[in-house]
Amino acid sequence: MAYSDKVRNIYMEQLNGIREAGIFKQERFIHSSQAADIEVEFPSGAALKKVINMCANNYLGLSSHPEVVKAAHEGLDTRGYGMSSVRFICGTQDIHRELERKVTEFLGTEDTILFPSCMDANAGVFEALLAEQDVVISDRLVHASIIDGIRLCKAMRDIFKHSDMKHLESKLQLHADKRFKMVITDGVFSMDGDTAKLDVMVALCEKYDALLLVDDSHASGFIGSTGRGTHEKYGVLGKIDIITTTFGKGLGGASGGCVSGRRELVEMCRQKARPYLFSNTIAPVVVSGVLRVLDILSASTERRDKLEKNTEFWRKGLTETGFILKEGDTPIIPVMLFNAKLSQDVSRALYDEGIYAIGFFFPVVPQGQARIRTQISAGHEIHHLEKALDAFTKVGKKFNILHKTEQEITEMYGT
Amino acid sequence: MDEIKDIVLQYIIAEYIEEGADKISYDTPLISGGIIDSFSMVSLKRFLENKYKISIPDNKSTPEAFDSVNKICVLIREFVK
Repeated sequence: MAYSDKVRNIYMEQLNGIREAGIFKQERFIHSSQAADIEVEFPSGAALKKVINMCANNYLGLSSHPEVVKAAHEGLDTRGYGMSSVRFICGTQDIHRELERKVTEFLGTEDTILFPSCMDANAGVFEALLAEQDVVISDRLVHASIIDGIRLCKAMRDIFKHSDMKHLESKLQLHADKRFKMVITDGVFSMDGDTAKLDVMVALCEKYDALLLVDDSHASGFIGSTGRGTHEKYGVLGKIDIITTTFGKGLGGASGGCVSGRRELVEMCRQKARPYLFSNTIAPVVVSGVLRVLDILSASTERRDKLEKNTEFWRKGLTETGFILKEGDTPIIPVMLFNAKLSQDVSRALYDEGIYAIGFFFPVVPQGQARIRTQISAGHEIHHLEKALDAFTKVGKKFNILHKTEQEITEMYGT
Repeated sequence: MDEIKDIVLQYIIAEYIEEGADKISYDTPLISGGIIDSFSMVSLKRFLENKYKISIPDNKSTPEAFDSVNKICVLIREFVK
């Protein structure tokens, strides 16, 4: 038997090491559909508990929206369950191309190509477009999938300090001799909830003849006055060369992603991007759901407007309660606790109070920057947020962390 | 050589250090100590090549060779004519 005791023991030791480091990840089983109110089994085998979900990427509350569910049913009935083929053999339906056209229109780009996920879009786009004579210059805090995607291409890699435009400019100057310079950023940074300064970045890319790629996964559908994304917020619609984004968050929350941007770049992905060439694309049922999501969002800004109001209410409430928040205006609102164990203890205490919010700590965020990341949804009603605020207040008092400075909290709990 | 040491140290502090610059010395482990990741090593190499008009071959551009200011200076000295 190849799987010998020796091999088994090595993996068991590694897993024990992860447990001892306190970073062993465990799933919590949700027995309901994704929404503001969910029923959770945690720990495994425990009785179901009704809690308010404060940590989903369900920004627009569309994950279980009746119209989206209905459209998905219709897609299942008319286009079937699976394609049993990659796109370029016999895995492309009319609705796949229709979705690509609608995403193009929604994001204000020239063309779009679907991928099984945004992780796949980011895994494929760099290798398809860049070669040894090029350089990618990415923000230090870009998403893990971008880092992995960059590793798969042969271009030189460089990094600029988070949102530091002077540092970015110095990098553009340093790499002036490269064939292509591609600047990479997230639109909204998922751990801090801040946004990339896309107006400045577009200007710098024009000045230094560089391409700009933005991963707008935590923005598409709700950032900007009509929800087009971070490029709308900063007034640079039509000026981003490549946008990658997901349908697994605000845009229905099921799965799938895309590369959207300049026509030739999208076409190169269709010819060369490996996750597109060697994997089935998004299932017809999901395509039908996302088509309906885009119809809903194109017809009215009601949902993103509600999300904005909810976000203001939540941020104001937490601030007045006495928590330290990361600055920002997106629905990602990190409550800073600094100490890793404290973040876990607060998360557990909130759960006991009926609030589902997860603690994040090193290495997901920098050492000494542990936090509870709260995420607001248009699916939340004010009564959800009021109940959550009551729970945060109660737990904050229990741990004596309200109206305290970072120094005071770290003196009590350590960094 | 001391001048090169200081130029390299100042560059590393300016490029990679956001807090605790005073804790970085000529012997601080940069890559094995997690201060510079493999992504950033490439730009450090590029800076050195531009600054000293040298070309460091890939087989010499190892994480070990870039692991401290002193080691980097040894590397530069090997190629500066």
